[in-house]
Amino acid sequence: MTEYNLPDNNGRYGKFGGKYVPETLITPLEELEKVYLEAKSDPEFIKELNALNKEYTGRPTPLTFAERLTKHYGKGKIYLKREDLCHTGAHKINNALGQILLAKRLGKKRIIAETGAGQHGVATATVCAKFGLECHVYMGEVDIERQKPNVFRMRLLGAEVIPVSSGSKTLKDATNEAIRDWVANVGNTHYIIGSVMGPHPYPMLVRDFQSIIGIETKAQILEAEGRLPDYAIACVGGGSNAMGMFYPFLNDSVKKIGVEAAGLGLDTDKNCATLTLGQEGIFQGMKTYLLQDEFGQVLEVYSISAGLDYPGVGPEHSYLKDSQQVKYVSIDDKQALAATALLSKLEGIIPALESAHAIAYLESLAPTTTKDDIIIVNVSGRGDKDLQTIMNNLG
Amino acid sequence: MANISNYIDKINSKGEKALSVFLTSGFPQKENFVDLACSVFDAGADILEIGFPFSDPLADGPVIQNSSHLAIQNGINLKTTLEYAEKIKAKNDKPIILMGYANPILKYGIKKFAQDAISAGVDGIIIPDIPINEYEEFYDSSFDPLDIILLITPTTNGKRITEIDNISRGFVYCVSVSGTTGVRNFAQNANNDFLANAYSLIKKNKTMIGFGISTPEDVKKFSPYCDGVIVGSAVIKTLFEEQKNYANTLKLISSLKQACKSA
Repeated sequence: MTEYNLPDNNGRYGKFGGKYVPETLITPLEELEKVYLEAKSDPEFIKELNALNKEYTGRPTPLTFAERLTKHYGKGKIYLKREDLCHTGAHKINNALGQILLAKRLGKKRIIAETGAGQHGVATATVCAKFGLECHVYMGEVDIERQKPNVFRMRLLGAEVIPVSSGSKTLKDATNEAIRDWVANVGNTHYIIGSVMGPHPYPMLVRDFQSIIGIETKAQILEAEGRLPDYAIACVGGGSNAMGMFYPFLNDSVKKIGVEAAGLGLDTDKNCATLTLGQEGIFQGMKTYLLQDEFGQVLEVYSISAGLDYPGVGPEHSYLKDSQQVKYVSIDDKQALAATALLSKLEGIIPALESAHAIAYLESLAPTTTKDDIIIVNVSGRGDKDLQTIMNNLG
Repeated sequence: MANISNYIDKINSKGEKALSVFLTSGFPQKENFVDLACSVFDAGADILEIGFPFSDPLADGPVIQNSSHLAIQNGINLKTTLEYAEKIKAKNDKPIILMGYANPILKYGIKKFAQDAISAGVDGIIIPDIPINEYEEFYDSSFDPLDIILLITPTTNGKRITEIDNISRGFVYCVSVSGTTGVRNFAQNANNDFLANAYSLIKKNKTMIGFGISTPEDVKKFSPYCDGVIVGSAVIKTLFEEQKNYANTLKLISSLKQACKSA
């Protein structure tokens, strides 16, 4: 098997990816790529990021053996990668820290970001507070309503939260507004994209900053079990926690499973299972699978989980789907809620609704395994932010 | 073919700047859009740009976002836009350019779009989210009879301006400011050094300046740096304000053309 080595020089993963952006953004994207490639091989940069990951975020995060969950299914040996224990409560901080260091190198004083669930917004507001940079977070009005604690958290951290009222008023529209802001303010502004999406080099650099998840997992499972896992599972919205988990295993025989949100069901129009139901499209700077109508208009999508509620997906996932290196499945709202309750009761871990989609896939997977099969599920974030939603649905 | 280029040249040889007017397809009313387009030509537009709507117009400010949104709600798409172009072309032989984002074309079928645009009599296309980086990946030889108009912006360096000038056909669309489309104050935003430098570097093509042009005064201020101007949001904004007839919109267009003549 040839070593996995994407993206290519044009920022493509097979036919996906690229730089489908207005001309204004080409120069800043080239600058960002140059600065990133320099930083990546600069020992000082690596040292600073490692120190922040350790002393600020609290890395490495544990790999927890889920004893009662394992017993519950009676098959498979289930481990949880605990990104919920990161400072700010989700994996998003891994990328935000990497990018704030790049912003410093770029000499940019103003930071913008988009957010869906608010986890990336909180992570960005956090690193901006730590480094003393001005922070503006675009967030859809629907998401502001369903993720109130995170909105307050961002404001407390000194960020301005800008409500977005266009389109479906969710992550997609927040991203449009952030890109428009960047087009107008490229001179002094760095855009911290929160997932492995958008134009090159973002999908690559976000993946690289998140791949600490998989790198740690690999070392931890080798220590615990003396071998690699049989399965690695992660949820996919834009797909950053999944890329972070999968990327270090791409050259290994580990079976990788990405779990999308089926919302109210794949047979309804209330879902966001992009890789399952989407078609090739060009959207927000990238060529990727996209949920769209017959005229190429992007569909308004839905999931109970604000972090998965996105009609596109990172271009590398589109490539990994077509090349069959990762299997993509979907889980609906009800299954995700049930998994939230299950993990809370059996393991004392309240997962984010996003992460609950990955947990929920154990219902299908575990019965097909043997008791020696090692399964790792990435718990990408904690569920505190979702308590209101969970109460409304389970309470 | 160089249709549009020759056409602008003829206008320039009379000592005038060319005026290109942007309309959102099927906006404000889909029933009389062809009549509106013809009136826009009669009022003084030399070139018509018809924007086919996309749900996520990244390069556009609120005015064109809103008109695109309404157009989509009214059932406007790439197919209906091509039908409009054909009907307008039947009544008028001035150039028509289709402008919009890549995804509706990808969905329509890239080759099929090129063929249908050519048979509808379309002269050129502008797709802001296909920069030269993606040019070869997106376009193929079926687009040869069409002018593919490329954009430059204040962040485009000199080397790249020359590169874009070499590839662009019809004209080079010079975006006056870093930002989305929309009405803005010229004095506060335009970068004269960039405009002067760009105009001197663009050798193969005509240069049309767009973004932020809304008054005859704007036309006069930009005219030293271009062969023509493009007006979009100011027209759409006026159309939003008018209920029935389009008197103010047409008046605006003829005042802009007047400014082009004396520029």
